[in-house]
Amino acid sequence: MSVFDVDRHADMAAAYVHVPFCSAVCPYCDFAVVAGADDLAGRYIDAVIAEIQASDRWGPLDAVYFGGGTPSHVDPSLLERVLEALRRRHEFTEGAEISLEANPEDFGIDRAERLLSAGFNRVSFGAQSFDDAVLGRLGRRHRAPDIGVSVDNARRAGFENISLDLIFGAADESDRSWAETLGRAVALAPDHVSCYALTVEPGTPLHREVKAGADAPDPDTQADRYELAEQLLAEAGLTRYEVSNWSLPGYECRYNLTVWAQGQYEAYGNGAHRFRKGVRSHNVRRVDAYIDRMEKGSSPVSGRERITGWNEEIDRLFVGMRRAAGVGPGPGVEALLGTPGGSLLLRERIIEVDDGRLVVRRPLLSDEVHRQILDLQPPDGWVEPADPDNL
Amino acid sequence: MTNQARIRNFSIIAHIDHGKSTLADRFLELTGAVTGRDMREQVLDTMDLERERGITIKAQTVRLRHLADDGEEYILNLIDTPGHVDFSYEVSRSLAACEGALLLVDAAQGVQAQTLANAYLAVEAGLEVVPAINKIDLVAADPDRVAGEITNVIGGSSRDIVRISAKTGEGVLELLQRLVDQVPPPAGETEAPLRALVFDSYYDAYRGVVCYLRVVDGRLRSGSRLRFMATGESHEATEIGFLTPSAQPVNLLEPGDVGYLITGVKEIDRIKVGDTLTDAADPARDALPGYAEPKPMVFSGLFPTDGDDFERLREALEKLRLNDGSLTWEPETSRALGFGFRVGFLGLLHMEIVRERLEREYDLDLVATAPSVAYRVALPDGTVSEIKSPQDLPDPGSRTGVSEPYVRAMILAPSEYVGPIMELVTSKRGEMGNMSYLSPERVELDYRIPLAEIVFDFFDLLKSRTKGYASLDYEPDEYRETDLVKVDILLNGQPVDAFSAIVHRDKAAAYGKTMTTRLRALIPRQMFDVPIQAAVGGRIISRETVKAKRKDVTAKCYGGDVTRKKKLLSKQKEGKKRMKMVGSVEVPQEAFVAALRVDDEV
Repeated sequence: MSVFDVDRHADMAAAYVHVPFCSAVCPYCDFAVVAGADDLAGRYIDAVIAEIQASDRWGPLDAVYFGGGTPSHVDPSLLERVLEALRRRHEFTEGAEISLEANPEDFGIDRAERLLSAGFNRVSFGAQSFDDAVLGRLGRRHRAPDIGVSVDNARRAGFENISLDLIFGAADESDRSWAETLGRAVALAPDHVSCYALTVEPGTPLHREVKAGADAPDPDTQADRYELAEQLLAEAGLTRYEVSNWSLPGYECRYNLTVWAQGQYEAYGNGAHRFRKGVRSHNVRRVDAYIDRMEKGSSPVSGRERITGWNEEIDRLFVGMRRAAGVGPGPGVEALLGTPGGSLLLRERIIEVDDGRLVVRRPLLSDEVHRQILDLQPPDGWVEPADPDNL
Repeated sequence: MTNQARIRNFSIIAHIDHGKSTLADRFLELTGAVTGRDMREQVLDTMDLERERGITIKAQTVRLRHLADDGEEYILNLIDTPGHVDFSYEVSRSLAACEGALLLVDAAQGVQAQTLANAYLAVEAGLEVVPAINKIDLVAADPDRVAGEITNVIGGSSRDIVRISAKTGEGVLELLQRLVDQVPPPAGETEAPLRALVFDSYYDAYRGVVCYLRVVDGRLRSGSRLRFMATGESHEATEIGFLTPSAQPVNLLEPGDVGYLITGVKEIDRIKVGDTLTDAADPARDALPGYAEPKPMVFSGLFPTDGDDFERLREALEKLRLNDGSLTWEPETSRALGFGFRVGFLGLLHMEIVRERLEREYDLDLVATAPSVAYRVALPDGTVSEIKSPQDLPDPGSRTGVSEPYVRAMILAPSEYVGPIMELVTSKRGEMGNMSYLSPERVELDYRIPLAEIVFDFFDLLKSRTKGYASLDYEPDEYRETDLVKVDILLNGQPVDAFSAIVHRDKAAAYGKTMTTRLRALIPRQMFDVPIQAAVGGRIISRETVKAKRKDVTAKCYGGDVTRKKKLLSKQKEGKKRMKMVGSVEVPQEAFVAALRVDDEV
């Protein structure tokens, strides 16, 4: 993918649909999810469709992403109704990427075929590990062989864009088990792989365990694992295009690239985040509150932040610097390079200016870069535009 | 008007926990100064710190009316004194206002070093010492043995020592009678010009400066014009009165009376504790003998965590000094810690208490550097300069010698601990002096030892090696030239002034090792390797490395939630702003505090 392609995503139109339902909540998860509330699915989907119908008409959409939660956990016909509503409201471009997250334990051939015929063309499996001990520790409901079976079902149904999510750094994982996970993932010939370091998020059962004395993921071990992933995935022809994402050429996740290019994306469902017309906003987090608001015809939005002027430039760097291609020149880049913090990042070769673009060379330390970005001040003579909505 | 013959002014000398405040409570009850309803534990300990720690820091005073055996009413002025070694200055001020001292000793613990030191002060000041043994109700009480110890110290007959329980009240009336009988009445001249001794003062937010005083000669009238003889300032006596213990205004104070004075002065520096007060219209010729100026012995840099609090710290120190004439300071600048003060203290407890009061009562967040002592540096031109901070020590090439203060340390302990104590003292460069037995089981050891060693951790080690049974007191002795070096601590090649220390050459390696090891654990990993080195002159004596961090990244920016990640990182950024930058190394405040803590073994 050329540099031009990366920034071209700034002009794309994308949409996110949140599907909060899960069969059980994983102990490390702090997303807006709910388990044991499947009976709400019908009303929830109606609420999402109502939100779609009430949203500004724009598009056509280049990318649609169903995340969760576990979109594959609900009946495919419900997801199909949502896709139908989206298509009617915004239309899809030719060859639009229509992606959903799925769990290996609920991806039989029948469901695979129904999802494909509903319009999905990309599936991202929450594989996490090929080591059953690690899967158990992560509270996952599938076992290693399920992953191969579900990938096979997806292929047989006709999916041509398949991604695997992996998690490294769990307590029962060894260097060897991680190497084996990467090897078996690569052997399934995925088009896209995401590798996430297990993070102890406040408020999760994992957090409580760690507070009670359980081992927290060790950052040095996680660094080793990440480096091994870089090596083995590259050998398999997968290129890292973002801190945690690798793909075959042309299989980068278009929805994510839109987010990181500061492109616009709509979002529907509880806790969903959008960026439209210079405003970042998000919906209420609780499923019941979200349904309630939609059924009463009131707005589900519970917070917003206008991104204009200097904030917009900082935001461009903030989202763009997660990409391997970094960001193009601009006043924010100048400002960063002019600060002592920026010089230190350059000196330690954590960032680099490469062919006019500012890139992160050591993605494992990229929060250092992001913290510096948040602190940047506009150059002398910078004029802020007036805030039209007085947000 | 009270006849001087019916006034008794006395202090209580007691070790911490020997029951002084409880006894004071009993006195208040028995004399009706405080009714049962107002009675709360340890009425005279007014500061929170005093109540919590069970120690008395400030002198307090109360006027008691007691009907004695002869059927006459006597005025007993109790001037409470601090019990700890650091506060001998406060003790000496209180004693100067009295004719007698009540020596109170715990029936189980016996005579302690501090009690001994204060009892000697009282004897030297010419006070009549009335001994009493307290806590005779305890199972472990051994009043006969303790009586023997007391007579070994102050002489007299052990049969004459009153045995009491301040807790139950047993013997307390008898003790009051002893005070009436044995403490001499004041002998001031009523017709002479006014002379009154200011023995304490404190700042009251509503009334301004309140002085505690003892009239020696003449009359002090409300509304009269007064002169402070040392400062030369003149003020009107806006209000005078007795402390019962609540303030009770009167129109006249006469020789022997103990009371308070309010002049309306608000500025804390203008009244000097120890000054003599006289009548501006009819001044006395000579001031009362002054006190020895208290001499700070321990110095530590105090820096506000937030640089903006510098002025608040200065104001707080000024307010504390009103109550604590021994507190001295000068501004100090540290590259690592910014602007602060090098503060002089009487001793370690004094230092701890001042720091705690600054933090609690004035809501300041402070970093304190390792305590040091005043060194004398001989310079090539033949002059000698005194330095209180390691930063001020000239290079070896620019000095011809360094000497350090020694103290005479008196240790009282059960005789079975003599071995461990001698070992400890030797390891701390101490020199054995006399050893004498107070009783067959209790021994008094006399040492010369560098103050710097005491300041560092000697007291804690002494306590732990004697299971808490040893007590320590010390007084300044001579300066001696010793082989001292300055150990610098370098972070990423840059010396951090706050961590520098002057130590004996033999201790340099241990200090360097301790500091580098501690700092390695305290300094968070940075984007690059951070060497931590200890150096004497240009020579590195110890080295540790904080390895560069390898992972500092949020796992994912999920579902397009950019706002949340920004918030998280902003919060982390705020945390980083509270760090001090040493070159390009970020050092958390807590690292300074923790690295400089002296309670760990070295």
